[in-house]
Amino acid sequence: MAVRDYLRERFFPHMWCPGCGHGTVLNNLLRAIENLKIEKNDIVMVSGIGCSARISGYVDFHTLHTIHGRALAFATGVKMSRPDLNLIVPMGDGDALAIGGNHFIHAARRNIDITAIIMNNRIYGMTGGQFSPLTGYGKLATTAPYSNIDHDFDAVSLATAAGASFVARTTTYHVKQMADIFQKAILHKGFSVVEVLTQCPTYFGRKNRAGSAAEMVENYKKSTTPIGSKASQENSDLIERGIFIEKDLPEYCGEYDKIIQKAMKGK
Amino acid sequence: MGKPKLKELNIRREWCKGCGICVSFCPTKVLELDEKDKALAARPEDCTCCLLCEMRCPDLAIEVILENE
Amino acid sequence: MEKNIKFVQGNEACAEAAIYAGLDFFAGYPITPSTEITEHMALKLPQIGGKFLQMEDEIASLCAIIGASLTGKKVMTATSGPGFSLMQEALGYAIMTEIPCVIVNVQRGGPSTGLPTHASQGDVNQASWGTHGDHAIIALTASNHQDLFEITVEAFNLAETYRTPVILLLDEVVGHMREGFVIPKPGKIPLVGRLRTSVKQGVDYHPYLPREDGRLPMSDFGGVHRYNVTGLFHDMWGFPTDDPKSVHELHRHLIDKILNNVHLIEKHKEYYLDDATTILISYGSSARSARHLVENRRSRGELLGLLELQTIWPFPYGLIRKICADARYVVVVEMNMGQILREVKIAIDDPEKVFLANRIDGSYITPTDIRNILRLIQGKGV
Repeated sequence: MAVRDYLRERFFPHMWCPGCGHGTVLNNLLRAIENLKIEKNDIVMVSGIGCSARISGYVDFHTLHTIHGRALAFATGVKMSRPDLNLIVPMGDGDALAIGGNHFIHAARRNIDITAIIMNNRIYGMTGGQFSPLTGYGKLATTAPYSNIDHDFDAVSLATAAGASFVARTTTYHVKQMADIFQKAILHKGFSVVEVLTQCPTYFGRKNRAGSAAEMVENYKKSTTPIGSKASQENSDLIERGIFIEKDLPEYCGEYDKIIQKAMKGK
Repeated sequence: MGKPKLKELNIRREWCKGCGICVSFCPTKVLELDEKDKALAARPEDCTCCLLCEMRCPDLAIEVILENE
Repeated sequence: MEKNIKFVQGNEACAEAAIYAGLDFFAGYPITPSTEITEHMALKLPQIGGKFLQMEDEIASLCAIIGASLTGKKVMTATSGPGFSLMQEALGYAIMTEIPCVIVNVQRGGPSTGLPTHASQGDVNQASWGTHGDHAIIALTASNHQDLFEITVEAFNLAETYRTPVILLLDEVVGHMREGFVIPKPGKIPLVGRLRTSVKQGVDYHPYLPREDGRLPMSDFGGVHRYNVTGLFHDMWGFPTDDPKSVHELHRHLIDKILNNVHLIEKHKEYYLDDATTILISYGSSARSARHLVENRRSRGELLGLLELQTIWPFPYGLIRKICADARYVVVVEMNMGQILREVKIAIDDPEKVFLANRIDGSYITPTDIRNILRLIQGKGV
């Protein structure tokens, strides 16, 4: 199958702005699924609200477009009742870590087998450019017209501290790495988090004079570096990308199966 | 396995929003935006089939079709 | 086999009824006075191969059961006022996406943290109008454990029949009170299962195209039909639309499927209504005191009767109008500032004969409380 075979083509061209990185995330997520040869009927994609969340409408899987910030809670219910299905939950940065922050850390803590993707464009795009918990200090947004005084989360550190057993970061420039990380994240048995730095040229870019979509993508090349690289040791401003955490921990649905066995014996 | 050879650079004009990412990053400058700001394979003979345009395209509008496919 | 259960809390009766109704999946968060339901589920569900989840909060609990319901499971969550408030956005989602689920709200005193361990029936309006936008809902209640058992099973049946969330609006007194009840033998109370589509793989399936009878056959997530579910207004395939005709039709459907079937949904109990000149209308635990008073005064020849509501929403306006037509006084007994009183006044032709007998101090309303108010209404002093 080709990538296009996983699309609901009748909804194309998609609704994202010219140069929006979200399409690149969709592109490489489908590439990963194609490489893994997973049946369409075995995938459930759950999304929340925002530009990012519209991704679920474009893919030919079982798709659940839910409410703002709560996608992981819905996905937890689907996964617990059908552990055989592959759950993929793409979220925006505000969706995942502001309104959805509580669900995010608890899904990570449970280590339930869900692939969570944070499409981090550092802005609320759907509502027109307000700052998010990942915008960063000193940046501009419609709700930070004088400069943002909110500090940002490091999504990778947060996911790691919360107990996710697979944590990775990549960008829309590093597409081969993105597809590769998505594959590994989907195959990983446990809660996997992939943060993708993805450009919003329309709101974040324009407001912060970050240039064209291509210039923003180019900047991901310059501002990031592989984990533990020499460049990273010399320049702490560089953002590390790659797989930070990949460990084998007991998965939640499997743990609950043991509870069922215990309860049935004791009855 | 020999070097992959390009059969066709299939660009869906109706999906392309003309962001120019493919043009900017093509290592051999195969692509251009036409007068309507749609991606165009201006020099397909220079294509090295690296697939990066297909993978980076936010509009999923580019398909690099290889000779042996 | 029938099973006698002696002296358990109403919360436990509710939990047992859910299991009788075929519950597969429960998610909840601890909150007084509903926690015993959650505890009971944690203990019992894995024994029958079901799944129990303690989520990080109440809205997550409702979201999780909606997800589970989409895979074909019978699902429930339980909470109380503050948690029910937190759930409201997800409740609207379940209404819009037509996902069967049962939500228990064991009411406590509010607003806010209010009176966690005291009696109140203050969430009656919230059950219908807590979530935003125009819609219809089903909310049921009961005053004793045997009724509670049957009403809980009914909640699951209605959720499946109408593809809708159903609220079980209990209160602290019923939830924590202990009394005996009987679990009927399996099959005695008919159960409504999931209506699944007969559309075969490869044939276009319309998850949101109602049949002629208004019902919508479902297809489990993970099955052969891949479709979209969204809280946006959607077309018959489940994809977002703002086409005015589609929006209008879906909006009408969501409301009509419930309001056009009040006669099928509605349940109530009547006590001494045939010749009653004064009619008490009550529900939940306050109906126990009302019934006690009615039986007590009947023995002294007073023409007092009781209409006990078991369906709160959709409100049975027609029933109330008919039953109260010839009464001299209609007295609504409830533990709030008149949330059902308002509906009763709307229902009947002469609202000036409708009075409220209430308590809002967290204390359980007693037969004496009601009698004192009755005497005032009847001009007899206290």
